[in-house]
Amino acid sequence: MSYDVPIIEGEAEVTFGGGAGAFPLWEVFVRASRGLNHVHVGSVHAADADAAMQSARDVYTRRNEGVSVWVVPSSQIHASDPHQKDAWFDGDHPYRHPTFYDIPDEVGHM
Amino acid sequence: MTSTFEQLIAANEKIEPRDEMPDEYRKTMIRQIAQHAHSEVIGQQPEGNWITRAPSLRRKAILIAKVQDEAGHGLYLYSAAETLGISRDELNELLHSGKQKYSSIFNYPTLSWADIGAIGWLVDGAAITNQVMLTRTSYGPYSRAMIRICKEESFHQRQGYEIMMTLCDGTEEQKAMAQDALDRWWWPSIMMFGPPDADSTHTEQSMAWGIKLETNDQLRQKFIDMTVPQTEFLGLEIPDPDLKWNDERGHYDFGDIDWDEFWTVVKGNGPCNRERIAHKRKAWDDGAWVREAALAHAAKQHARQKEVA
Repeated sequence: MSYDVPIIEGEAEVTFGGGAGAFPLWEVFVRASRGLNHVHVGSVHAADADAAMQSARDVYTRRNEGVSVWVVPSSQIHASDPHQKDAWFDGDHPYRHPTFYDIPDEVGHM
Repeated sequence: MTSTFEQLIAANEKIEPRDEMPDEYRKTMIRQIAQHAHSEVIGQQPEGNWITRAPSLRRKAILIAKVQDEAGHGLYLYSAAETLGISRDELNELLHSGKQKYSSIFNYPTLSWADIGAIGWLVDGAAITNQVMLTRTSYGPYSRAMIRICKEESFHQRQGYEIMMTLCDGTEEQKAMAQDALDRWWWPSIMMFGPPDADSTHTEQSMAWGIKLETNDQLRQKFIDMTVPQTEFLGLEIPDPDLKWNDERGHYDFGDIDWDEFWTVVKGNGPCNRERIAHKRKAWDDGAWVREAALAHAAKQHARQKEVA
């Protein structure tokens, strides 16, 4: 359910400092059906891996969304730095793609 | 030179958690996602009120599933808000202390079973109108949560409308119950879209940042246009004498909204504001021992595993 709650005159501005909650955070991955990869769907807070599994099932698979669930402590995820995006994923090399090469039609499907 | 953020917004690309973004964008996003999450969580209360009194096992099973969905929606959204650097404990505290709000619609009581029908049909219907727009919002995690929520929300609206249809096909008394629920929920439902565009201070900025794609008044009109024929099908009457089709505009005209009532409820003086927060705090406090026990158990298991290794 959603809505638009307007700002009330004099409403205190909320400050936030981040910081961890009492329960660690776990990232949740679900395999939709056999033959597919596990895909990241969101996260849950839980005291341990068993509780995280339970919670992940309840939160992310209420309608047969999956046949398998993984949970991983969020602190164990290593990610690329968005500021290094260009260096990591620099320009396309067209010669790596099949359409770069002109093959005459007579040769047939290749 | 424009920033990466501005380039991404201009190109209609999503902003992702670790991207640079203006502080104001981050704050607006946290505020909006948090109050959306709080609304899902508090929204469990008016409906939970009828679980034990649902008129059949079928209705009861459906209502439990719906209330569980609201909890789930709250959790998807809290998880999206947390990607912006606020913690779950902070979010809880902001709700409990009243520093962050939730939708005023949940400060109205559910007095009869027909209210469960009216909430699904009107309140979830209004929510869907807003949420379909938000699936295209500029912040990636919020947009993804909205896509997931929209898929589930359609069941909510249809089950509510089915309750209304059943009551309207029933006895005179049952039909009167349905009309009474419509009378009480109509105006609060169309207030859910927020103040008129002329008085909405942050709409312009939110639209520039791609957070909102349609204005409050546009969404409200869309909802009213969809809902009038649904009401006619039920044989019920919308409690607005000024409601009529305007051929020129191609939309329904409607009467003046009582914005004084709206502001009274937003400011904390609606029929159920105090009760809703008191109930939420009690559930949080009563659950403290469970959270402590779970953490103690986890610590013990961890220590035992270390010993073995």
